[in-house]
Amino acid sequence: MSAVTADPATEQALELNDVPRQRIKPGRIILHTFLITMAIGWLIPIGTAIYNSFRFYESDTQVNGPFSAPDSLTLQNYRDAWRVGEMGKTFGNTAFIVIPALFITLLLSAGVAYACTRFSWKFNIAFLVLFTAGNLMPQQVLFQPLFQIYKRVPWPDILSDTNTGNLLGTKIAVILIHIAFQVGFCTFVLANYMKTIPKELGEAASVDGAGVLRQFFQVILPLTRPALAALATLEFTWLYNDFFWGAVLLNQGDERPITSSIAVLNGQYATDFNLIAAASIMIALPTLIVYLILQKQFISGLTLGANKG
Amino acid sequence: MTVTSQVDDTTSAVEPPKGRRQRKRRYTTLSRGDRFWLSVMVGVPAFLHILLVWIPVLATTALSFTKWDNLAPLTDIRAVGFQNYWFIFTVFDTNLFPALFNNFILVFWLFICSAIGMFFAYLLDKNIRGSRVYQSIYYFPVVLSLAVVGFIWKSTMFSRDRGLLNAIWPGGKVDFVGDGTKIFSFDLPFLDFPLGLSKNFAALLIAMAWRHIGYIMVMYLAGLKGVDMALREAAAIDGCNEWQSFRNVVFPALKPVNVVVAVITVIEALRAYDIIAALNEPRGTEVMGTLVTKSLLGEGGGRVGIGSAYGVVLLLLCVVFIIWYVTNHYRETEQ
Repeated sequence: MSAVTADPATEQALELNDVPRQRIKPGRIILHTFLITMAIGWLIPIGTAIYNSFRFYESDTQVNGPFSAPDSLTLQNYRDAWRVGEMGKTFGNTAFIVIPALFITLLLSAGVAYACTRFSWKFNIAFLVLFTAGNLMPQQVLFQPLFQIYKRVPWPDILSDTNTGNLLGTKIAVILIHIAFQVGFCTFVLANYMKTIPKELGEAASVDGAGVLRQFFQVILPLTRPALAALATLEFTWLYNDFFWGAVLLNQGDERPITSSIAVLNGQYATDFNLIAAASIMIALPTLIVYLILQKQFISGLTLGANKG
Repeated sequence: MTVTSQVDDTTSAVEPPKGRRQRKRRYTTLSRGDRFWLSVMVGVPAFLHILLVWIPVLATTALSFTKWDNLAPLTDIRAVGFQNYWFIFTVFDTNLFPALFNNFILVFWLFICSAIGMFFAYLLDKNIRGSRVYQSIYYFPVVLSLAVVGFIWKSTMFSRDRGLLNAIWPGGKVDFVGDGTKIFSFDLPFLDFPLGLSKNFAALLIAMAWRHIGYIMVMYLAGLKGVDMALREAAAIDGCNEWQSFRNVVFPALKPVNVVVAVITVIEALRAYDIIAALNEPRGTEVMGTLVTKSLLGEGGGRVGIGSAYGVVLLLLCVVFIIWYVTNHYRETEQ
């Protein structure tokens, strides 16, 4: 953390030093040329996609090429993609899945991490190992038995859009497996973080007569807030971007999340590349916005997992 | 942050009896209510996780030794021993080896991308002006789903007429979504058909690199911030050139990050599914993830045993790395 805050200061110092000297090393020029070239290369796919999503494909892009001046700009691709992909509905489905899954995952994993790191009991390491390893399992390996489990859990039809009387095919089923899977990663990260909170803080609270619940909510959770914010940002994009569970568990159509709707569009408009570009950009927009606003949280979420607190 | 935990660890290591006594006391002083809430905190997530992740994994392993149509009742499951494995590993089956081969290419390729990501991080760590802007640009594809990455690339890069990938591709124009012809292929003595890399899979590799490089770059940027500047300065004073100081000083100091990156890379490559499934599995691009899914869903559902056997092959490949990683991590933190 201190390294991050020191950065602007050192950069400024360097600039101040550089100005009077008026000397730029040739190495730096090569470095910047390389980095700028790469950055342009990085932006080409999405830049071209954004530009051409505002153009007609058959009469314009296909004839004139993706970099030519446009005959005309249009929002038609966006309107068509929105309508055919039923994106209003699928965005709603995704929100219905992601928001509860995110909150419950964070709450549950904070609880496990708290119990496993702040208290010593026989199997606390074993539990952490179980959660960490479970999160790395390939999803494909577990969905067939999962179907069978869901099929046997009764679930009133009033609470879902299906009429089978069980959990299979409902959004709740997707929420549950998201929680079960992501609890693994979040517990791992939060446990690493909580280990660094001094033990004395909890002890002081317990001397004052606070039970474990009060300690958890009033002492530990507030101190874990940076890690929780980082994880929330990261998990939001992961859950939002999920393609697999939406595709295998919600194949009925009406319940599909946003990521599956593009596959449907692709089936119907496989050759209208600009329409596909428009759909991709609409789907990418929420995560891109979150990334642009919360970039710092996002990156620290990833690296929290890597750097062991 | 690491410092505090290390201090804790060392004190308990130096005075083990005292630490143990303290721990015991803390445990027994918990009131009944406290113990109840602690078991709820651990019990609920553990129940969900074990029921929905671990039990299905074990069940799939068990099912791979059976024959069953998933529409039939559970009582119809018949044990068949290793018959399913015998089937998928021998000449009756043309799916397993091409899919496995694609996964191995993917592992190899993503490791190259990880190295590139590390190189980018190393360059950006040099106190460059505008470093944050570069970082944001290289990093943004990571927030996109691989399915969306597939479609962005399809819409702009892959088409035969207007795709930009054709601009850098050596040779004639290629339709990168549909063209399953091989760039190279070779024969194995025990297989009737050649293994190789198809053109459309190569295109997917490039799209995946776009996302993977930024991901790994961020990991290493964080890691490099933790490498003591004094170490590098000492290396420079000792007359190391840049490459020597990186190889002998910086890279070994990055060991924790290297382990995490290696695991991410291998697991991502083995679990790959989204981009291929979203583009509707163009020919020649089957990987284990799509093969397992296809053999257990829809029409494939009638042969749960075979599909599960594919799944177990994928599982075993992943488990080797999972065990390596978990033991590595917990051994280090608990000592």
